[in-house]
Amino acid sequence: MAVPVSLTVNGQSQQRDVDPRLLLVHFLRDVLGLTGTKVACDTSQCGACTVLVDGIAAKSCTCLTAQVDGASITTIEGLAAPGTLHPIQEAFWNKHGLQCGFCTPGMVLATHELLRQNPNPTVEQIRHGLEGNLCRCTGYQNIVRSVQEAAKTMNGGAR
Amino acid sequence: MYAPSFDYHRASSVAEAQKLLAANPGAKLLAGGHSLLPVLKLRLAAPSALIDLGRIAELKGVSAANGGVRIGAMTTHAEIATSPVLAKSCGIVAEAAAQIGDMAVRNRGTIGGSVAHADPAADLPTVLVAVGATMEIAGAGGATRTVAAADFFQGMMTTALGDGEILTAVWVPALGAGTGAAYAKFAHPASRYAVIGAAASLTVKNGACERAIIIVGGVTATPTALPSVAAALTGSNLSAEAIAAAAGKAAGDLTGDLMGDVFASSEYRRHVTGAYVARAVAAAAARAR
Ligand SMILES: Cc1cc2nc3c(=O)[nH]c(=O)nc-3n(C[C@H](O)[C@H](O)[C@H](O)COP(=O)(O)OP(=O)(O)OC[C@H]3O[C@@H](n4cnc5c(N)ncnc54)[C@H](O)[C@@H]3O)c2cc1C
Ligand code: FES
Ligand code: FES
Repeated sequence: MAVPVSLTVNGQSQQRDVDPRLLLVHFLRDVLGLTGTKVACDTSQCGACTVLVDGIAAKSCTCLTAQVDGASITTIEGLAAPGTLHPIQEAFWNKHGLQCGFCTPGMVLATHELLRQNPNPTVEQIRHGLEGNLCRCTGYQNIVRSVQEAAKTMNGGAR
Repeated sequence: MYAPSFDYHRASSVAEAQKLLAANPGAKLLAGGHSLLPVLKLRLAAPSALIDLGRIAELKGVSAANGGVRIGAMTTHAEIATSPVLAKSCGIVAEAAAQIGDMAVRNRGTIGGSVAHADPAADLPTVLVAVGATMEIAGAGGATRTVAAADFFQGMMTTALGDGEILTAVWVPALGAGTGAAYAKFAHPASRYAVIGAAASLTVKNGACERAIIIVGGVTATPTALPSVAAALTGSNLSAEAIAAAAGKAAGDLTGDLMGDVFASSEYRRHVTGAYVARAVAAAAARAR
C-alpha cells in the first residue's frame, strides 16, 4: 500500500506516493537525490542524517516519510541560498570544523537546533548539546570553536 | 535498514485510532517512532500496520489539571523539558525529560511512547512512579480507566496496557510546599539511556524528613522502590551523614534480578546505585527545604 505524501523540501513542493516504510533519509537521498544528508549508523545514534522538520532538528533515519507528510524539510542543501553559505557553514569553514566532512551536514543542522534553543551557549552547553552527533575525525575541538563562532556572528556574542 | 512492510494509517482522533486498531489485527500504534522504528528496522517485530497518533491534537500538550499537571501522551520530551507548568509544579519530570537521549531524540520521542514501551533503561518511568503519577487509558469501545504508575510497569517492556488500549495522558501531582524531588542519572556514554536512574521525593517539616520515596530504574527491569533507604531517611535531619548512611542501604534493597550488560555488569550497577541515590536525595532535600 503506497501512501501519498506532499512535502516542501528546501522550499520546493514535492508530491510522491511512497512505501509506508520509506524512511525520510531515503526519501531525501534516493527519491529526491539530495545526498547531502548522510546515513552512517542507521540506528539514531550518530546524527549524520539530521535534518530540520518545520525548523526543528530530527534524525531522518528514524522517521517515516509518511509521518512528516505536509511538513517543510530543510536539508544541508537548502540551509542557505544556492552559492551562499549560512553563517554556521561559514563558521565551520573558518574554524576547520571538519575533516572528511561526512558528519558535517548533520553537525551543521544540529548546531542550528542548538542555537535555536540557546543562542549563546557556553562551551559546556555546546558539548552537551551536540552529544547526539558523532564525528570520527576532528576530536570535536574545532567543531566547538565553529559553533562558538557561529553563535557570535548570528547573535553578537557567545560566552 | 528497511523495516518489514506494513500498512500505514493516520488517525485524527483517539476514537478513530481505536477503530483503526480494531479493524487492523496485528497493528501497532506509532508515536514518535524513536523506539518502534529501531525495533522494526532490526526486524524484531513485524506489525501488519502502523497507526500514526502524530496528528491527534487531543493527545498533545501540558496543562494544569486537578491539583497537578496533565501531560498528553503525544507531548514530546522537548516540550516536557521546557514546560513552565511542569517546572513550577513537578519539576523532576522536566528534569528527567531534559536528560533523555539528545536534542533530536527529545524533539520526536513522546512521554506516551516512553511509558508504553517501558524500556528498563528509560528515565520517565522512574520519576513517574516516584511522584505518584496516574496513567489515563482509553479502552476499546470508548471506556476510560486510570492506573497508578506503580501498577502500570509490570515487567521488562510490559505494562498494564491491554489489547486495543491507548494511553491518552499522564497526570502528575503538584509537589506542594515542603516537598522536593530530584532525579540523578548515570547515562550510558554511547546511547545516553539510563544505566542507573535514581529518583527521590522528600517531604520536610521543621527540618526533619517526614516522608521519603526512593525509586530506581535502569538497574532493574521496572521502577523499583528502595524501602530501607526511605525508612532510614524518614525522621532524619537529611544531613550529609544521614543521606550517606541511608544511601548505603540501596544495594541491600536490590534483592531481585538486576540488569547487566557488557558495559555495566549487574554487580557493578548494584554497587554504584547508592551513589546516584545519594545525589538524588541531596538534591531533593535542598529543594524541599
Ligand atoms: C538514540 C536514542 C537515545 C535514547 N535515549 C533515551 C534515554 O536516554 N532515556 C529514555 O528514557 N529514552 C531514550 N530513548 C527512547 C526515547 O525516549 C523514545 O522516544 C521513547 O522510548 C519512545 O517514544 P516514542 O514516542 O518514540 O514511541 P514509539 O517508538 O512510537 O512507540 C513505542 C511503543 O509504544 C507504543 N505506544 C506509543 N504511544 C502509545 C500510546 N499513546 N498508547 C499506547 N501505546 C503507545 C508503540 O506502539 C510502541 O510499541 C532514546 C531513543 C533513541 C533513538
Ligand atoms: S544515520 Fe541517523 S542517527 Fe546515524
Ligand atoms: S569530519 Fe569526518 S566524521 Fe566528522
